[in-house]
Amino acid sequence: MDQHPPTESASVPLVIGVGNAYRGDDAAGLVIARRVAEVARGQARVVEESGEGAALLEAWRGARFVILCDAVQSGAAPGTIHRLEPAWTPVPTGFFRYSTHAFSVAEAIELARALGELPPRMLVYGIEGADFAAGLALSPAAGGAVDAVVCAVVADLQTYNKE
Amino acid sequence: MGKSKTIQVDYLARVEGEGGLHVKISGGAVTDVQLRIFEPPRFFEALLRGRAYGEAPDITARICGICPVAYQMSSVHAMEDAFGVRVDGQLRALRRLLYCGEWIESHVLHIYMLHAPDFLGYQDAIQLAKDYPDVVRRGLALKKIGNDLMSVIGGREIHPINVRVGGFYRVPTRQELADITERLHWARDAALETVRLVATFPFPSFEQDYEFVALQHPDEYPLNEGRIVSNKGLDIAVREYEDHFAEQHVAHSNALQSALKGRGAYLAGPLARYNLNFDHLSPLAQEAARAAGLGRVCRNPFQSIIVRAVETVYACDEALRILAEYERPAAPAVPVEPRAGIGYGCTEAPRGLLYHRYEIDERGLIVNAKIVPPTSQNQKMIELDLARFVSAHLDLTNDELRWRCEQAVRNYDPCISCATHFLDLTIDRD
Repeated sequence: MDQHPPTESASVPLVIGVGNAYRGDDAAGLVIARRVAEVARGQARVVEESGEGAALLEAWRGARFVILCDAVQSGAAPGTIHRLEPAWTPVPTGFFRYSTHAFSVAEAIELARALGELPPRMLVYGIEGADFAAGLALSPAAGGAVDAVVCAVVADLQTYNKE
Repeated sequence: MGKSKTIQVDYLARVEGEGGLHVKISGGAVTDVQLRIFEPPRFFEALLRGRAYGEAPDITARICGICPVAYQMSSVHAMEDAFGVRVDGQLRALRRLLYCGEWIESHVLHIYMLHAPDFLGYQDAIQLAKDYPDVVRRGLALKKIGNDLMSVIGGREIHPINVRVGGFYRVPTRQELADITERLHWARDAALETVRLVATFPFPSFEQDYEFVALQHPDEYPLNEGRIVSNKGLDIAVREYEDHFAEQHVAHSNALQSALKGRGAYLAGPLARYNLNFDHLSPLAQEAARAAGLGRVCRNPFQSIIVRAVETVYACDEALRILAEYERPAAPAVPVEPRAGIGYGCTEAPRGLLYHRYEIDERGLIVNAKIVPPTSQNQKMIELDLARFVSAHLDLTNDELRWRCEQAVRNYDPCISCATHFLDLTIDRD
């Protein structure tokens, strides 16, 4: 789903929801993106991505402010929210879960950095998932985290759009 | 702005796709090799039960984000087989065109992002990009053209939405194909550059006597149609697959392993296709292969990277051929009347043979489904190759051995994340 605000330009924030709707908590990023699109109508361009790294590099090409949301599996308690700023710290490779191929969110960010293609401002929200088995529902822990991240992203957008 | 956090990751426990390799060495010889894999598609077989036949391409496409077209093609061909439907002419050509897009993006991703770093001594593509940014940029640009071709024909690059039993929901005009046609000329040149690049890599000497299994078609390099053949006498129709191939459960893996009945392990994928169908590669692709030092037959799995690059040249060539001859069909699909029965479909995913079989009831609902991905089929051969490879390199340290084993596993471009650096190698020496 793609939402275009009235004046589309590189300065419009880009929100990227990453995930797989069929793998339980792996849908978290997509759910966040859809809710942000409804709540923050007109304040950002919102896209959904599967997490394949090369596609991500293309998705954020030219954007000046990117907020990316995805499920993670790092060993923290389910529902934990991680907030990363790639400009300040490298993202550990393999941090984000991508089911089949090694080139995913973290690798895309680090590759963009190596190629000088990292967006000037970027925020990454990782939602610690509990259950990634095939299924269509979020776990309660992930669902709670999704609510909180939607609020945080909306606040980030409001702050940015005021600047 | 907000605070940043440093995340300490000690161990990643993936739910699926974790590759584990256990090697037992006793008395200076490899006595056991186990490739431990958790295979996701089995859930999808259960998910499909009770669904309408028309949902199969959209549901199975979710099995893989890199090769969704393969699942869509195998599923629609199986349904059409069940219902006695034949898709020909420009619609058939459009399906090949869509598949070419997927071959390009999948092969290029693997060559540049996953496998080339091994041969050049880099930890990953990120490190490679620091020294060779233009090489990596070329790979990314080439991959994007494959994805864009999938978007133009399939409606969306990941999990295309335009595919259905009988054809498509919408077919493009020639005008809509003009831009991608132009860019495919650059892609073909970039693919030739890719062959030249990988041909210079150092390849360990590792020739094996494989039984190669692939589709074979009288008129074309195989994508969607053909008989299933091998270099050791197999020659069967797709519907006879389960008479000749068996799946077995092994204790150390949640994935079913495939074997040829009475013969054992076999190899599917680009090497198999190349060896069984060389004459149907385009002249340019054949020439690129020869210039890279390949003969008509290649038995070294480490040279699969060259074969993938050659197939990328072919896919660009074939796409340009189809585009040059394209005339918009009058209808985007042929009529389909579901009926009770069993349908079989087998197409050549980038990684090899992908077999689908569906039983449909009189209402057009799926009673049961069987899906055998190429990576499942190659598991036994991966284990055999690793056993032979480790045997020949017992003198290496465990760290060096792990690195080489990962490289060897990547020869198969497995569609599970055991192709990553999370290959957990345990070596039991006594």
